Amino acid sequence: MATNETSLPVDHGRRNFLNWFLGTSAGAFLVAVLYPVSRYLVPPEVEESTAHTVTLSVKTQELKANSGQIFRFGSQPAILIESPAGVVRAFSATCTHLGCIVQYRSDISQIWCACHNGHFDLNGKNIEGPPPKPLEEYVVNLRGDQIVVSKKG
Amino acid sequence: MELQTAKHGRLWIWLDERIGLGGLAKLAKKKEVPLHRHTFWYYFGGMTLFLFMIQVTTGILLLLYYRPSAGEAFESIQFLMTEVQFGWLIRSIHAWSANLMIFAMFIHLFSALLLHAYRRPREMTWLSGGGLLALCLGFGFTGYLLPWNELAFFATRVGTEIPGVLPVIGPFLRRLLRGGNDVTGATLTRFYGIHVAILPASVTLVLGLHLFLVQKHGMSRPLSVETNSEEKKAMPFFPNFFLRDLVGWLCALGLLAALAAYYPAELGKKADPFQPAPIGIKPEWYFMAMFQTLKLLPSHILGIEGELLGVLGFGIVGVVLIAVPFLDRSSGLGKTATRLAAAFGFTLIVYSVILTYLGYTMNPTK
Repeated sequence: MATNETSLPVDHGRRNFLNWFLGTSAGAFLVAVLYPVSRYLVPPEVEESTAHTVTLSVKTQELKANSGQIFRFGSQPAILIESPAGVVRAFSATCTHLGCIVQYRSDISQIWCACHNGHFDLNGKNIEGPPPKPLEEYVVNLRGDQIVVSKKG
Repeated sequence: MELQTAKHGRLWIWLDERIGLGGLAKLAKKKEVPLHRHTFWYYFGGMTLFLFMIQVTTGILLLLYYRPSAGEAFESIQFLMTEVQFGWLIRSIHAWSANLMIFAMFIHLFSALLLHAYRRPREMTWLSGGGLLALCLGFGFTGYLLPWNELAFFATRVGTEIPGVLPVIGPFLRRLLRGGNDVTGATLTRFYGIHVAILPASVTLVLGLHLFLVQKHGMSRPLSVETNSEEKKAMPFFPNFFLRDLVGWLCALGLLAALAAYYPAELGKKADPFQPAPIGIKPEWYFMAMFQTLKLLPSHILGIEGELLGVLGFGIVGVVLIAVPFLDRSSGLGKTATRLAAAFGFTLIVYSVILTYLGYTMNPTK
């Protein structure tokens, strides 16, 4: 054992350097592989439709009191409702709880989410069940027989 | 040599020289299964493996007709179900076998938990089993979207929104899962890739580790049996236990065939991102307890959004479940810790059964 040590002197400085060099190279190699892969997995930002105003295909005379329907607001679903008193309103149709699409229930005159039984009143306010926030409200303008919905502000 | 030829035949000897069949035969002969009053529960690991093999086989067959895009997925399955000979059978077996596999897996998990099979030196076996459960739930979740029908669409919207409620990283995770801001064709393509490539590759690795560890440590004897002074009885795995396994697998196959024939998998309506969620929407049964919990939680609890608390709660239960071997050992409570682990298991079973029952029986409109 002692003869081995004397015949093969170990240069610790050089060995440490080589170990460090090998370790860093392996680390750099891993980063060079993992970085592009991790960036690849994140989907690119796609330009979303920035519609602020939408003219609906449905006409005012086709609306019925105490009813609702889904329409496209840009790339997002929205809901148009006419209250039993005849007031027309529009909201985002994406439930504030876990993102399902809501519907109008004429039996209780409320906006309702079937996924987790969330209830919203005719002003879009969350009144029962798990939704934590009200639905985003849009502005509805009736121009002749046309219905124009736009974002607030 | 002549004696060997008489015993095994030439082919066996030829193969033995090249791949070492003798060593494998020796290994197989060594494998034993402990015999005691809880031996029955040992069958469920093999049962899960059998059903997984059915999943791989039927999954490969489904790949031949399935088209992973929002425009074609639903139609390709409609074609498979109505035009392709036995297409309905292959898809129904795939759907039912997935359910039975998860069920067998839960039995396997809870039997290992309640019989404390996770204790030293089997902590890694428990962890790899937990990894397999997570991967299989991932299979269930991603596979559910592939038919691109109404139920699948909303289940995925909700399911991918759940990590989205986490603070800071939530929105990023949601985008990563969906392949964009919303559930679209990009999500379908992503889920398809995960379902047919990423998850199978991962399961192969983790399952390999799990099976290796089971061979290395042998099957665990429950504490009550181990401490018993009576003689440790065992049964050879080959052929005694394996033949019993086969009988179980044959029964499972019979049940699968009956379920697929009498209750073929449904397809429903094609997903429409501009239609409200249908009344009575439900996830797969194994997500029902979580779904129902989120439904019953109020909007705010002590000023914190209910769903966030729910999601954090699921996370904590998952972490505790995975960490059971370490909590049980490091707590220093001895038998009390073991009893606590059992109590945790029972509570989880009772809670899941009650919430799942409520999920299926409560009026969805009230």
